[in-house]
Amino acid sequence: MKNSLRHDILSGTRDGIPIAMGYFAVAFSLGIIAKKAGLTALIGFISSFFTRASAGEYGVYTLVAVNATYVELIAMCLVVNLRYMLMSAALSQKLSPTLSWFHRIMMACCITDEIFGISINHKGYTPPAYTYSAALISGIFWASGCAAGIIAGGMLPTSIVSALSVALYGMFLAIIMPMARNDRDVLYAIIASFVMSGVFAITPVLSDINSGTRTIILTIVISAVAAWLKPLPLNNDGEA
Amino acid sequence: MEKHDIVLYILLAIIATNLIRVVPIALIKGEIKNTFLRSFLYYVPYVTLAVMTFPDMIQATMTPLSGIVALSVGIIAAWYGMGLFPVAIICCVIAYFFNGLGAFM
Repeated sequence: MKNSLRHDILSGTRDGIPIAMGYFAVAFSLGIIAKKAGLTALIGFISSFFTRASAGEYGVYTLVAVNATYVELIAMCLVVNLRYMLMSAALSQKLSPTLSWFHRIMMACCITDEIFGISINHKGYTPPAYTYSAALISGIFWASGCAAGIIAGGMLPTSIVSALSVALYGMFLAIIMPMARNDRDVLYAIIASFVMSGVFAITPVLSDINSGTRTIILTIVISAVAAWLKPLPLNNDGEA
Repeated sequence: MEKHDIVLYILLAIIATNLIRVVPIALIKGEIKNTFLRSFLYYVPYVTLAVMTFPDMIQATMTPLSGIVALSVGIIAAWYGMGLFPVAIICCVIAYFFNGLGAFM
């Protein structure tokens, strides 16, 4: 038992380190925006550590910068982070039925795109210690990156900042492509996502929809169509 | 207009962002039996990440060309099972290289 806990912490940290590296770079560019909204490095650190929501935080800081109402801010958080709600529902299927409420709630709070990605890929039921370790190390780097961006942002040349900004997307690809290779249906769903998302971005009127809302709409529609056309076979071993 | 409190802003953001994460996992205990719902949840993560990657990735770079090359190479590297960090680094290096190339064209 002790050994498996140790193993979960080690493997969680190991898988969390590459995420942490990418997070630092992405959070750095987020820090530049946070600074414009008037956040100090300390508030940026706290905000980033406890929300860990890239697009959500971007939305929040742009609203803070224009002195928006509190209601607008809450609405932004709920809409832009709606995908976490879907991820949380998906992750609920990867938890042992005997897992306590405390761990369920804590694991839900750990969800980010990447932490969700590695947690859902864990074989069998996902152990809490694995998710916590990965979330802790990546959360610290995410928050530090944001604070660093607030302090030092604007000192780096644009060519470097824009090159760093693709790190996040590279990580997304590394999460989805291996699964696409294993499951032809996932590959088709990913191709459909690329095509639809591209069409949304260039079609007049549709392109006015911000990328957070586009993500929500397309995720629901494409996943529903995929589930309808290519449902999963029945299984009872608790693995997704 | 009254200036809002930045600390309260951040506090509300923290509460709202985490609440949306907690609600489903707190409500769903045990295995979902409905095949459609299980299948839907199976596809959600891959579709979400794919939608967020394209076309945003080619808009994040200084020229669309550098984004397109970084995306293509990233897809190939990820397809052949390179880890999160190697793929991320490869994409950054390619984007940086082609950003620089774009400046001369």
